[in-house]
Amino acid sequence: MTDKRRRLPRLRRSDELSAFSSFSPRDLFGESLAGMLQRPARSALTALGTVLGVGTFVAVLGLTATTSSQIDSRFDLLSATEVTIEDVGREQDEFAGFAFPDDADDRIEALNGVQHAGVYWQVRLTGNDTVRASPLGDAVGERAQILAASPGTLQAALPTLAQGRLYDDFQQNTAAQVALLGSGTAARLGITTLDTRPAVFIDGEPFAVIGIIDDVQRKADLLLSVVVPSSTAERLWGTPAEGGAKMLVATRTGAAAQVAHEAPTALRPDHPEYLKATPPPDPRSLRTSVTSDLGQLFLLLAAICLVIGAVGIANTTLVAVLERTGEIGLRRALGARSRHITLQFLTESGTLGALGGLVGTSVGVITVVAVAVARDWTPVVHPVTLAAAPAVGLATGLLAGLYPAWRAARVQPAEALRR
Amino acid sequence: MRSFVRLSRRSTSPAPVAPPDHDPPVMEFRGVGLTYPGPPPVTALRPCDLIVRRGEFVTVVGPSGSGKSTFLNVAGLLDAPTEGSYLLDGIDVAGAGEAARAALRGRHIGFVFQSFHLMPHRSALENVALAMVYNRSGRADRTARARAALTRVGLGHRINAVPTRLSGGERQRVAIARALVARPSLLLCDEPTGNLDTATAESVLALLDELHAEGMTVLVITHDPAVAAHGERTIAIRDGVLAEQARAGVAE
Ligand SMILES: Nc1ncnc2c1ncn2[C@@H]1O[C@H](COP(=O)(O)OP(=O)(O)OP(=O)(O)O)[C@@H](O)[C@H]1O
Ligand SMILES: [Mg+2]
Repeated sequence: MTDKRRRLPRLRRSDELSAFSSFSPRDLFGESLAGMLQRPARSALTALGTVLGVGTFVAVLGLTATTSSQIDSRFDLLSATEVTIEDVGREQDEFAGFAFPDDADDRIEALNGVQHAGVYWQVRLTGNDTVRASPLGDAVGERAQILAASPGTLQAALPTLAQGRLYDDFQQNTAAQVALLGSGTAARLGITTLDTRPAVFIDGEPFAVIGIIDDVQRKADLLLSVVVPSSTAERLWGTPAEGGAKMLVATRTGAAAQVAHEAPTALRPDHPEYLKATPPPDPRSLRTSVTSDLGQLFLLLAAICLVIGAVGIANTTLVAVLERTGEIGLRRALGARSRHITLQFLTESGTLGALGGLVGTSVGVITVVAVAVARDWTPVVHPVTLAAAPAVGLATGLLAGLYPAWRAARVQPAEALRR
Repeated sequence: MRSFVRLSRRSTSPAPVAPPDHDPPVMEFRGVGLTYPGPPPVTALRPCDLIVRRGEFVTVVGPSGSGKSTFLNVAGLLDAPTEGSYLLDGIDVAGAGEAARAALRGRHIGFVFQSFHLMPHRSALENVALAMVYNRSGRADRTARARAALTRVGLGHRINAVPTRLSGGERQRVAIARALVARPSLLLCDEPTGNLDTATAESVLALLDELHAEGMTVLVITHDPAVAAHGERTIAIRDGVLAEQARAGVAE
C-alpha cells in the first residue's frame, strides 16, 4: 500500500489549491456523538438544565391549556347560554315603577335564539315571613325564601322534579295559589309526599303544593325556596317596590350576546335604560385571567431554568474545548478546516440542548397528564407547544455553544500539537 | 498513472541537482524562513533552500530550541513561512489560504508526533479511520483501508483495542498507520521515539526503515544522533540555520 504509484497526487496540480476538505453530515454527527459519549455522565448533567427549563415550559403551558379547556367546556354547557336581565329602573328614576311589562316573558321568547325566559323576584313580607305547613299558629314554622317566578323562569332553570308537576300558564293566568318546593325545603316542612295534597301557608294564605323540585341546572336557589306564580305574588303582595326583579333567559348556543343586546329594547322600547342585561362572561377573558396569574410566574421560572441550562452547556463545552485542544490540533493536521471544528462543537452543544429539550418535553407532558388524571380533567397540550419545546432546547444548546465553538476554531494547530 | 506535469518555473530555479526522472521533489524550500512576530520577533528558521526527493529518508537533528519543531510546522503546512516559497509535490503552497493548506495537509502529509495524539476513547481502527474523515474518501472503504494500514504496522490483531490498553510502541504504530492510511507523499515524524524506551524505539525505527524501503518519503526530526543515523541524509539545525551534515563513517 505504500507503493510509489499510489502516492502520486490524485488531483491535477492546478486543482490542488481549490480542492478543500469536506466533512459530511454523517461524519459530523458521528464525531460529535463520539465527543459527547467520551464523558456520558457529564453530558447528561449538562443537559439537565435544559430538561428542567423545557419541562417547566411544557408543564406550565400544558396545565394552562388544560384548565382553560376545563373552563371552556363548563361554559359551553350552560353559562354561555344564560342571560340575566335586571330591573334597574329605580336607579335611573325614582318614580320609574316596576320595569318589566306584563307580557315580558312573551316579548323575550319572541326574540331570535331565546328558548325560555321568565321574570322572578324575591317576595319580602313585611311582618311574618315564615312558611308553615298548617294554618295553626303553633305548627312548625320554617323561614324560607319565597320566590315569585313566572312559568318561563321554571322552564329556563331546567328543573328535575322529585314529585308532582310544574305550574303552567293556566295557573299563572288565573293567579292560582299553588307552590313548588325545593326538596330541602319540603323535608324541613315535613312534606314527604304529594298524595295527601299538602299545603303551605305563607303570610296566612294557603298554597297547594303541586310539585317538589329535586334539582335544577340553572338558578340553584330555587332549591331553597318556596316558588309561587308571579301573578299570584303580585295579586297578594304587589310587585317589589324597591326593585330587585330579574329575568332569567335561556338562549341557544352562541345567541346569548345578541339576546342580551336586544332584550332591554324589546321589553321597554320607551325606557330600555331601566333594564340591564348581563350576557355570560366571555370564556376567553376568563382564560387570560387564569393564564396571567400563576402561569407567568412559572414561565419566568422556566426561562431562568433555560438560562441556567444554557450557561451549563456553555461552561461544559468550553471546558471540553480546552481539554481537547490536542484533539483539535490533530483534526486540523488531518485536514479539518477551522469551520469543521466550529461545526463539530456546535453540533455537540446543539445535540445536548435538543436531547435535553426532548426529555424535558416528555417530563412536561407526563406532569400535565398526571395532574389532569388526578383532577379528573382532560389533559390538553397544544401541538405547537410540543413541536416548539425541543426546538427551544436545540436553540438553547446552539446559543450556548457559540462562544466555545468560536474559541475552538481559533485554536492554532501548531500550538495545539506542541503539547 | 504517473503525472508528468512539469513546473515551468523549474528551469529558472537555482539549479538543484537535476532529478533523474520527471517527478518533482516532494518538498522544496526556496529561501523559506519563519520569524515569529514577537515582540520581540524571533527568527526561528533562517531563510534556507532544501530539496527532499521522493523516496528519501531524511533526518533533521538539532539541540533543544534550535528550531526543529518550527521547521516541521512549516514543512507540514501547520505554519505559513514568513518568507520564501515552498513547493510541496510541485505545488507552490506559500500563498495558499488556510482552507487550501488544511486540505493539502490532509492529502499530502502524514504526521507522527512524539506524544502520539490518539483519541483515548476511540478504538485503534477508529483512530486510523479519522485520517480519512476530512479528505473526501468514501465511507465504504475507510474501514478496509484502516484495517489494512493497521495490519501493515503489525497491529492486525489489536484493531479494536483503545489506545489506553496499548503499549507505547503499539500506540506509535497506530499513529503511523493513521499517518499512512491516506497515502500521503510525505511522512513527517516529530521525535517519534521520544516517549519510547530503546528497544521499542528500535522497532518503531525499523518500521520506518521498512516503509522507506517500500518507497515512502520519510522525514524524521530528532535530537538523538542514533535516530538520526537511520536517515540517508541528515540535516542539522542550529539556531534556525539548516546545514547538510557530512556523514562521518558512512560511505557515500
Ligand atoms: N510561537 C512562538 N512565538 C515566538 N517564539 C517561538 C514560538 N515558537 C517557538 N519559538 C521560538 O523559536 C525557537 C525554536 O523553537 P522550536 O520549538 O522550533 O525548537 P525545537 O528545536 O523544536 O526545540 P525542542 O527540541 O525543545 O522541541 C525557540 O527559540 C522558541 O523559543
Ligand atoms: Mg520541538
